[in-house]
Amino acid sequence: MTDLVPLADPTLRTAADYPFCPGCGHGPVLDGLDKALVQLELGDHQVVIVSDIGCAGLSDQYFTTSAFHGLHGRSITYASGIKLARPDLDVVVIMGDGGTGIGGAHLLSAARRNIGITVLVLNNLNFGMTGGQHSATTPEGFLTATTPGGNLERPLDICATVGVNGAGYVYRGTSFDDDLAERIAAGIRYDGFAMLDVWDLCTAYLVRSNKFSRRAIDTTMEHLGFATGVLYENDRPEYAAAYRELSQGQHSALPPRPTAAAYPAPLDRRYHLVIAGSAGGRVRSAARLVGLAGMRAGLWAAQRDDFPVTVKSGHSVSELILGPDEIDYTGVERPDALVIVSDDGFEKAPPYLEAMDGDGVVFVAAGLPTPETAARVVVVDPSTAEVRIASASMALALMSYAVAELGIVPLAAFEEVAGAGAHGPKNMEIVTAGMALAG
Amino acid sequence: MASPIAADPTPREFTDGSTAIVRGALAAGCTFFAGYPITPASSILMAMMREMPAAGGVAMQGEDEIASIGMCIGATMAGARAMTATSGPGISLYSESIGLAVMGEVPLVIVDVQRLGPSTGAATTTSQGDVQFVRWGTAGGFPIIALAPSSIPECYTLTMKAFDLAERFRCPVFLLTDKELAMTMRTVAADAYHDVPVRQRPVLSGERPGGAVPPYRYEPRDEVPPMQLYGDVAPVRFTGSTHDERAYITKKPATVEALNRHLVAKIDDHRDEIELAVADLEPGATTLFVSYGVTAGSMREAVAQARREGKKVSALTLHSLWPVPETALAAAAAGIERIVVAELNPGLYRREIERVLPGTAITGIERVDGRLVAPSEFLAELP
Repeated sequence: MTDLVPLADPTLRTAADYPFCPGCGHGPVLDGLDKALVQLELGDHQVVIVSDIGCAGLSDQYFTTSAFHGLHGRSITYASGIKLARPDLDVVVIMGDGGTGIGGAHLLSAARRNIGITVLVLNNLNFGMTGGQHSATTPEGFLTATTPGGNLERPLDICATVGVNGAGYVYRGTSFDDDLAERIAAGIRYDGFAMLDVWDLCTAYLVRSNKFSRRAIDTTMEHLGFATGVLYENDRPEYAAAYRELSQGQHSALPPRPTAAAYPAPLDRRYHLVIAGSAGGRVRSAARLVGLAGMRAGLWAAQRDDFPVTVKSGHSVSELILGPDEIDYTGVERPDALVIVSDDGFEKAPPYLEAMDGDGVVFVAAGLPTPETAARVVVVDPSTAEVRIASASMALALMSYAVAELGIVPLAAFEEVAGAGAHGPKNMEIVTAGMALAG
Repeated sequence: MASPIAADPTPREFTDGSTAIVRGALAAGCTFFAGYPITPASSILMAMMREMPAAGGVAMQGEDEIASIGMCIGATMAGARAMTATSGPGISLYSESIGLAVMGEVPLVIVDVQRLGPSTGAATTTSQGDVQFVRWGTAGGFPIIALAPSSIPECYTLTMKAFDLAERFRCPVFLLTDKELAMTMRTVAADAYHDVPVRQRPVLSGERPGGAVPPYRYEPRDEVPPMQLYGDVAPVRFTGSTHDERAYITKKPATVEALNRHLVAKIDDHRDEIELAVADLEPGATTLFVSYGVTAGSMREAVAQARREGKKVSALTLHSLWPVPETALAAAAAGIERIVVAELNPGLYRREIERVLPGTAITGIERVDGRLVAPSEFLAELP
């Protein structure tokens, strides 16, 4: 005869008892999560519980689902990575108010992205595992291990913060709520970012030091003006799905664009050319054109750019090396030629000027001071050019002058690379004018 | 002065190390990238943000560095092959998460485009100041793998190799570059890029819980267990805490000992699979130059020039900084009277050479002013 064993209620809980203190609210909330997962008929392998640190961080070990237990405050980052890689999985973050505080930027960003994870904040208003210190959600005036005279900080309104920043589903309640499982299920079912701020009692610390109770939760919320229930429902696209949709039809811009030699190489040794001008003055692109022109002549090039962290102000210096062999050392100790385009460039010129000898040549824009150097100095006056040269084109104009005079790259190659692309016609106007100045 | 049109028909391109790293990552099958803007690593972030959608993967700009590496670790556990890129200040913020990847045995490639430090230092100035930092930058002192390319083609190849080693050993692998290598444009022959095979991580699929094979395993000590990924037919657990073979937290000394010895042995016992160096040894040379990264480029130019002048010299370019390529170093040092170690920091890696080759005369060429070591500085060290 076979004993009839009644089927156990479906659950994704392990057989182990929770490790929480007597009266702690975490257990009931986790029971609510279990009910929600069962209600949604999710298999243990379809759910990843990402637990933070602290008492809430112990939670994942009491479920049979997949789990990730990482670093304090960073649970949302792992959950986001999991969701982005596998959008079909249900990812639930369990964190405390401690993790919410230290990981605030992650919470906010996940809400703004409306990424499809569910964040369950077990909010017991203090650090329960480390000795009852105050957290980001401890109410003002509360006594904790680190606020012996009463907390001076305003508690974070987690719901409002994520709600006004795009979170799709936002709920505030307590561990005593009868419908908690339904609310958690609604959060998980929602495609985008769901956050449930669930207040509970820390019987080890906060309850003892503040006579805190179930009733006090309600009065504290009321005093703070923190509403309960479903507070925000934003209809926004879920991030991981939206990313995939936007990715359709995108093309790579990476394939190599090799240049084959088409002109005779005019150099049989390394040549060092430095151009010094202003950021935003297209100094780097002027140098790049010379490099590409050299490559069209079978030369090897290296271009090292120096600029401040600002973008359109300050100096921009490009050191260009051209030579008949591969360049493994990209430093320039003594330039063969230096092109000074502007005041910003002039300020960067002294070390180069000092290093240059009588074989070197310095091209300097008219109006700048006369450089002190052993090198030959050529003053270039773009105002005498046949077209008006704007300051953003000065670098190219002076470079064209220098290239025409130095003969380090074939002029036809320089014209070919300068004339290519969308800026080609405009570039050619400047190049022609610059070369014409050189006579 | 003019020479005829080059007979060499190999097409060449004008490119930089960042581009080569991105290409290498894509060639290695990278499907996930997350990073936070920082000079001089931003070009990798921007290229990945542009390329990943086309490659069918995902690239994210995290809200900070901690989020970026966190997303990479989560994505890897869900089956992605992930990379992140930053500079020294970002490595500081990665520190705790590097330990998490070590502890959870997560394959991950971390690119460090070094800039001059300490602190904010100089964002657009090159340096090799992180060589010890990446080795010891997370709590616990467990082994780390770090590769250092010294040219643009090597940026490509060693990125692939970094993925291969990350998959092979289930661990984070650093690719150490610097501003100069990542951002300076150079002519590169299209045929200079060499692919290396990238192993797939072994994955155990279809195991139900309570099955014979747990997702983590500490015996044999040096063996790397196959990964079990989220979303397969069975649930899998992950933790950054000391754990048993099913990732349940434990403080049991025997289990913790087995776990931690395993994390050491899986790398240390397989150094021969990881150590990488390129030797250019000349019979009769009494001086050995040793360098890595961008400084090795200067070294190679110096060696070529020395030999043109009839001087004998040997050189060793280190491709794996961690583990230290001890076998190659010992072999290169045979018959050598003097070793010159060149680097862009206050002699940080020289101490490793001194440790491996005690009793050998070792001097350093060190720059901390943002300039590269010039070939002339190497040549000045020759007798």
